[in-house]
Amino acid sequence: MAEFKKADSMLEWFDQRLGVVNFAKVMMTEYWIPKNINFLWAMGVLLTVLFTFLLVSGIFLLMYYKPDVNLAFDSVNYTIMQEVSYGWLFRHIHAVGASVVFLIIYIHMFTGIYYGSYKKGREMIWVSGMLLFVLFSAEGFSGYMLPWGQMSYWAAYVITEIFGGIPFIGDELVVWIRGNFYVSDSTLTRFFMLHVLLIPLVIIGTIVFHFYALRFPHVNNEAGEFFDFEEEAEKYLAGNKKESKVVPFWPVFLSKDFLVLGFFMVFFFYLVFFHYGFAMDAINFDKADGLKTPAHIYPEWYFLWSYEVLRGFFFEIAGISGKDLGLIAFGIANVIFFLMPWLDRSPMVKPANQRPYFKYWFWFMMVDLIVLTVYGKLPPTGANAWVGFASSLTFLTLFATLPFITKAEAKKVKEK
Amino acid sequence: MKEFKILAVIIALVGITYYGIEPYAHHVMHPEVAPADFSFKDLKNVDTSLKGNPDNGKVLVEANCIACHSIESAGYPKVMPNADAAASYGVVPPDLSGAGWIYDKNYLANFIYDPVSAMKLQHKYTPESGKQFPMPAYNWMSAQEIMDIVAYFQILAPKAKAGPEAHKNTFEAACGRCHSMKYAGFEATTPVENIKTYMGATPPDLSQYIKSRGEHYLYSFINDPQVLLPGTSMPRTGLNQKAQEEVIAYMEDIGDRKKAERETTGVWVMLYTLVFAIAALLWKRKLGDFSS
Repeated sequence: MAEFKKADSMLEWFDQRLGVVNFAKVMMTEYWIPKNINFLWAMGVLLTVLFTFLLVSGIFLLMYYKPDVNLAFDSVNYTIMQEVSYGWLFRHIHAVGASVVFLIIYIHMFTGIYYGSYKKGREMIWVSGMLLFVLFSAEGFSGYMLPWGQMSYWAAYVITEIFGGIPFIGDELVVWIRGNFYVSDSTLTRFFMLHVLLIPLVIIGTIVFHFYALRFPHVNNEAGEFFDFEEEAEKYLAGNKKESKVVPFWPVFLSKDFLVLGFFMVFFFYLVFFHYGFAMDAINFDKADGLKTPAHIYPEWYFLWSYEVLRGFFFEIAGISGKDLGLIAFGIANVIFFLMPWLDRSPMVKPANQRPYFKYWFWFMMVDLIVLTVYGKLPPTGANAWVGFASSLTFLTLFATLPFITKAEAKKVKEK
Repeated sequence: MKEFKILAVIIALVGITYYGIEPYAHHVMHPEVAPADFSFKDLKNVDTSLKGNPDNGKVLVEANCIACHSIESAGYPKVMPNADAAASYGVVPPDLSGAGWIYDKNYLANFIYDPVSAMKLQHKYTPESGKQFPMPAYNWMSAQEIMDIVAYFQILAPKAKAGPEAHKNTFEAACGRCHSMKYAGFEATTPVENIKTYMGATPPDLSQYIKSRGEHYLYSFINDPQVLLPGTSMPRTGLNQKAQEEVIAYMEDIGDRKKAERETTGVWVMLYTLVFAIAALLWKRKLGDFSS
């Protein structure tokens, strides 16, 4: 064991045992962030805060929630919403937080795509981020089942049914996932376990990994410029703060993040208290009833685009049924974003508006995703079904052509 | 400046998406319907301009109504316990104490004349169905006699005039024979097995209807259920505007109990976060290391 001399202060005492001074340097005061960034770089901190909100409000909800088909609905809508002091507040924060976290995830994700922050050494940041997106989706879906309302039940029914389309093992797989032949008490209790234990554990681990993945390639900046962080850090530490291209994470970067966070929170709490309907669907205030199908079944807004890709293919093409085609397209839609670093064949790291071809691809994709989202909610009848088909096909085509577009772009840039 | 441009682009994209999936999608899924009609213009069997004589109305009520109906406020008690009444008629007959206050005058007169057409339940009580509404039509009475009865009901004073107590009374009188309100500890006066047979399905518990249906839907649905749910066996109840608003207020009192607390807390929390945001702005300025 090392020789310990008597500490002169509490800080020193902890420093001797835990190395807190060095730890704070590495994590905070000498963790360098580029100076040339805008408020979109604050989304990571916003997401961390939102996740903390979800975790804390979730812990309070967990104290009163009852995972049982006979008790769940009233434990949420009566016990938590009406009897427990400020139980309604925890539920509102949890429900609105779950919805808004996806809004910020999408902004975070498309910021990454716009600025090319997924390539040239930043691949693992991107992949771990996409993994978080998938995990949050699973977390959102499993949590949505817990109030055991009509939408909880029918969303669970429709989504678990999707697995039935997998060849050979489909039917058995559906039963295995549900723990029964239909969505039932066993389905509710296992999704409860997933929602409060397994998925959050994996999410926390993946968040840590996501942060770690940032350490070596460093955060991208508004111009996509590569520079020597150590050199810039030395300039900063020597007092040339103006000249240096970096700022420390604490306090400078966080001072800006807190500013963004502050105004975001005003908006967030406005939604929590006064405009929460978008995150708490009216139909879910009817208790689950397996014998009564609601007139319109739709997922929460953040799943609408991929849901529309699923149902966009509604007729047989080349002997493959619409259902199977939809399932294949849905499968592709859920993994294709993982491949961004490899589908983008141009080595350029620049904001999309400075890339001659990619900028069109980016805005086409944005428009297409908005169309998919809106039509994912509308009833798929008449012309709507065809808009859904066209926008689903556009989605797949955009990804299929991305390697060629970016390859051509790289060639054009080289010739200049 | 550049940051505000980026913010404007994000607000525009989010705004368009929001408009599409919320107001627009709801408009497509739930098209606007005819506005609520509290004068029940379609009912024209009784000349309601006639001035009724309450004294004569009392005589007519004693001769025609109290064999089945109680009028607690006028001293006519229940003929039999609820369970027996439900077994005899299918549904517990309403106490008429509040009839003159909660039902529209035109509706009430036309209901006495012919209940089934007033309730818009002709599709349920067809000759082929073999079903018969428990109350007979009083279409043999003169318009004057019917208006006398209406006038008598109108002079009976309600239990409470305004506030949560009135909301509760109106709800129980207007809806409580079929619908329960679990979150208020209230159970429908007609036993569940009777009402299920009578209606064809168990009428839903209304504890969360203010949330699952919303005020806008309820306002038009209660006024005329057939407009939003054609073929439903729920009758048009003929509530006047005041009574309907009291019923909806009660559904909100029970289904959204914390509304007042939510709205006051909300303002304080938003103010608090605004102070936080301003403090963060000042802190960032003080550090002053950012070029942008």
